Amino acid sequence: MRSGQDIRLGADIGGTFTDIVLDLRGTIFSAKVLTNYAAPEQAILDGIGIVTQDAGISASEIGLVIHGTTLATNALIQRQGARTALITTEGFRDVIEMRTENRFEQYDLNLVLPKPLIPREDRFPVKGRINAQGKELQPLDEAALEELAERIAEQDFGAIAIGFIHSYANAAHEQRAREILQRKLDLPISISSEVSPQMREFERFNTVCANAYVRPQMASYLSRLQDRLKEMGTTCPVFMIHSGGGLISVETAVEFPVRLVESGPAGGAIFAADIARRFSLDRVVSYDMGGTTAKICLIQDYQPQTARTFEVARTYRFCKGSGMPISIPVIEMIEIGAGGGSIAWVDDMGRIQTGPESAGSEPGPACYQRGGTKPAITDADLVLGKIDADNFAGGKIRLSGDSASASISRDIGDRLGLDPMAAAFGICEVVDENMANAARVHAVENGRNISDNAMIAFGGAAPLHAARLCEKLGIDRCLIPQGAGVGSAIGFLKAPFGYEAVGSQVMALSRFDAEALNAMLGGLKESAESFVRSGGTGQITREIVAFMRYAGQGWEIPVSLPDREFNASDREMIETAFRERYAQFFGRPVDGPEIEFVTFSVKAQDSRPEGRREALIADGRPVPASASRDIFDPANGASRDSGIFERDGLSAGDRISGPAVIVERETSTIVTSPFDAVIQADGTILLVRKGVAA
Amino acid sequence: MSQIDEIRMQVMWNRLISVVEEQALTLIRTAFSTSVREAGDLSAGVFDARGRMLAQAVTGTPGHVNTMAEAVLNFIAEIPRDQMYPGDTYVTNDPWLGTGHLHDITMVSPSFRDGALIGFFACTAHVVDVGGRGFGADGKSVYEEGIQIPIMKFAERGEVNTDLLRILRSNVREPNQVIGDFYSLAACNDVGHQRLVQMLDEVGLADLKTLGEFIFSRTHTAMMERIAALPKGSWVNEMLTDGYDDPINLAVEVTIGDDNVHVDFSGSSGISRWGINVPLIYTKAYACYAIKCVVAPDIPNNSASLAAFSISSPVNILNAQRPAPVSLRHVIGHMVPDVVLGALAKALPGKIQAEGAGALWNIHISARPEAGAEGRRAEVLLFNSGGMGARPTLDGLSATAFPSGVMTMPIEATEHTGPIVIWRKELRPDSGGAGQYRGGLGQVIEIAPEEGHEFDFSAMFDRISAPPRGRDGGEPGAPGGVALDDGTRLRPKGWQHVPAGRRLMLELPGGGGFGDPGRRSPEAMAEDVRKGYVTGKQP
Repeated sequence: MRSGQDIRLGADIGGTFTDIVLDLRGTIFSAKVLTNYAAPEQAILDGIGIVTQDAGISASEIGLVIHGTTLATNALIQRQGARTALITTEGFRDVIEMRTENRFEQYDLNLVLPKPLIPREDRFPVKGRINAQGKELQPLDEAALEELAERIAEQDFGAIAIGFIHSYANAAHEQRAREILQRKLDLPISISSEVSPQMREFERFNTVCANAYVRPQMASYLSRLQDRLKEMGTTCPVFMIHSGGGLISVETAVEFPVRLVESGPAGGAIFAADIARRFSLDRVVSYDMGGTTAKICLIQDYQPQTARTFEVARTYRFCKGSGMPISIPVIEMIEIGAGGGSIAWVDDMGRIQTGPESAGSEPGPACYQRGGTKPAITDADLVLGKIDADNFAGGKIRLSGDSASASISRDIGDRLGLDPMAAAFGICEVVDENMANAARVHAVENGRNISDNAMIAFGGAAPLHAARLCEKLGIDRCLIPQGAGVGSAIGFLKAPFGYEAVGSQVMALSRFDAEALNAMLGGLKESAESFVRSGGTGQITREIVAFMRYAGQGWEIPVSLPDREFNASDREMIETAFRERYAQFFGRPVDGPEIEFVTFSVKAQDSRPEGRREALIADGRPVPASASRDIFDPANGASRDSGIFERDGLSAGDRISGPAVIVERETSTIVTSPFDAVIQADGTILLVRKGVAA
Repeated sequence: MSQIDEIRMQVMWNRLISVVEEQALTLIRTAFSTSVREAGDLSAGVFDARGRMLAQAVTGTPGHVNTMAEAVLNFIAEIPRDQMYPGDTYVTNDPWLGTGHLHDITMVSPSFRDGALIGFFACTAHVVDVGGRGFGADGKSVYEEGIQIPIMKFAERGEVNTDLLRILRSNVREPNQVIGDFYSLAACNDVGHQRLVQMLDEVGLADLKTLGEFIFSRTHTAMMERIAALPKGSWVNEMLTDGYDDPINLAVEVTIGDDNVHVDFSGSSGISRWGINVPLIYTKAYACYAIKCVVAPDIPNNSASLAAFSISSPVNILNAQRPAPVSLRHVIGHMVPDVVLGALAKALPGKIQAEGAGALWNIHISARPEAGAEGRRAEVLLFNSGGMGARPTLDGLSATAFPSGVMTMPIEATEHTGPIVIWRKELRPDSGGAGQYRGGLGQVIEIAPEEGHEFDFSAMFDRISAPPRGRDGGEPGAPGGVALDDGTRLRPKGWQHVPAGRRLMLELPGGGGFGDPGRRSPEAMAEDVRKGYVTGKQP
């Protein structure tokens, strides 16, 4: 990093809270402020006020501000973006409306599909056609575009998206259309070949529409934020965290705001990756559980797993296919409707179900006694003894065990003939099992075995469930770092200046064209590095990945390629690499079918200084509990007397034998009977299965 | 059962469903067949040692739902228990024992634990080719439709039957892809088996007996409650479809009893000379699907939920007997839900949606260079959907598959697979049947050979002479149309030619409307006009 940036600030605007973290030469100050939807920048300024005061510095001493926000995501979910015109290829006006032509839920005859981001009357087709190989089949109708510009000017449009068929292969028509419209219109124009140059028109068109749709709002917000920060006395640069987990300049963010979608959760994954590196854990699954959802991310060699497409704004029980696809590089996470506020209920088969309905923070779980009457996961955790009713959220909210118990009996226990304790156990088992299943399937999708990983758990509810989740997944080690409540904002401070550029070019390996490949990758390298240079000054490292498959398959697997020029003799090397990777994913390679490239990705980032490394402390000196209470132990199916420990009172090398609970201001860590807990030098809690060496 | 055992059973039931999801996912990720990987035309499930289905992946398409459930019983009947070994995988594509046509390969693998047979994993997928005349209606009997694989061993004790592979290799057009899919199917059953054994190890159970009884008894109770809430009696319905050369009548009688819903197809047209006949196993799959959507949409698929429905039919187009040609059994099979729903609409007035496009408009294109020209040859398969019928409180979904669960493919991907250009694929205005709730719109598709090429295509289209009917005063959707851009009318079924320089023009049917059009709200009408769903022009 540059000099003068040893005081850095991370700001994460989430749905409920805005988290501010100040890193003063290694000491962390943090603040949680309620998110202000009318003026999101205000919450940041308020938070900065708090942490600078706590740290005893002035705002002008801050060397760098790194910001991530859900505002772009929220604008998409709540449909509060600008009125946007989509200019598209004639014959394809309805691509974003027809979607995949299927129903994401087979048996619901009253299914409602999500409305397209841009309604049909605002989608304007023009003649002009490029084919799959990038050749022009029909010239662009420039006269029609001139006329169209005038029609658009007469209406109250705030942004323009351009998406033409096969533009990832040849962007000339999109670029020309932009030139023509720019001459007549003073509106921001986004083109799909720049925003998301990937094959598959539904995803690409939807992505360029989303970009255009949130662009005016994000531009205005970011400019206000910069102004207010200056007024406050800051002089430092501001960078944005993007969905792929790297940093980009505010100028880039203004042009490609869709890249900010899901940037908050990305911070959480970087936070976990940083902990993984500190303890040299090369295979990790991060587990973040908050009030409404749980998120799981795979981290290998200290890098969170990325994907090239994801879905936001799911409208139907987090159901795959019920949202809108965004194809940009993203830290890949699976999200399920399982949080502390998720409601438990019983279906017609007498099965306990949890979520996706959530009590949120208002009215909250029944035990909050704020009007919520349905049993939530937090109620079950309370009844099982996992949470201390008198010390929840630092004692800010006093919980009622009676209310929790009564709601669980009414909605679950009485229906199934279970006492409140058994019913609460049932609720927790079902939610833990759902999370375990999601994690297991996600690992399989990525050719990995979940039990080979260590877990890193953060977020308010995760430490309550992590040990049981590890039992179910066969995971032996789990870390619960400090600062877990503001993990994303801390993660921002660890993010590299990095950018991933992606492009599609379908090419059979048998017709391997080294020159074409070099040209393609050269373009992507240039594009990725120019973003990095806009912020970083360190040496740039690159990662090249080809997404390949057997011709005829529909799913591509990532194959790492060396970062150098290719020549004709590399064909064999690439084939071998593909076959090995395929076997890793699916057991064995297939003989016969042709192998092909579909998409390429170049990830560039500045090299970061290695943080300090620590060895895991596995053995420790047993410490006795000063107090104890009954906590339900799932492995035994019964309550057991469990030691209570204050996290603040523990020091490095202390070993606690489960069953036990380690309490802190924001949450509690449950140590189930198959696990021990060992405190690490940095205060991280290691849960380690009894009899397993760390 | 103790309280804790009750919870453990519930958790294991969830886990079992996750096991079959993993099984299905493995198949999707490795399959070569377009219909599996892009469209989700597959199924995967786990069965107990007696062949009763315990759980099924929700990923599957309804056509495979209880075809597979029955198919496993056929395997058990064919292969003696003392000839089943760990590492075995059995296979068939027999339309009457499997899922209704030769293109679907069903594989069943026994699951052994400590030497004891504890259950089976089964999966089904549609492969690219099975030889014969290809995917189309032109075969005069099943013998012309491709290679028939009786129930037999694909692998014994882990050793693949290489004789079968050699026979396959010389009988199908795309041997690499087809054989690749055989391996994918076998591999996905292996994944299921491994996960099941892991699960049993973890929870300390020896087999699936206790869990099976738990699943079946819970499901049975829930199904009985649902059926008890239905009106009792018999209701009939009839529906005309295009057929191949003559229209086909589908007739149904739905009888709701105290503990069962029975569906009988007496009175339906006889067996067709063309490959649009349906084996009863496939008819049953779609009839059950329709009833389940109405009666028990939230109850998982297993033997106990399917046992509440029974199906019968004399020999006719919905109960075709060997050696009738059945390659395109989906075209008529996909019409079964609409005819069954029509009968249910009489039992449950005001609660059932109008008729929709029904059958997918699948098109198989065989493209080649013009005589004497240089170019590419390719086989291209596309799935497209017309409009769904309007619902009692909602407009029909436009260009959305029903009853099938498949997805369409991106046209950018399709154009990479062969020398064709898709010039148009968008909603078809004025095609949704008018009503208080409008039917879903169909779509318009224009496909041309790339310059210097021509193509033949296999048409598999319906609802051209008999459009989807409205319900409760709603009007019918627009019928479909097939033509060249010079106005030449083409047939709805069979192989036909598109010469170089011409475009194939497809108009997919819209769904029927629901309720009196006069009661449609002014806001909805204004929106229809603003969005161009309704233009007011005469078609």
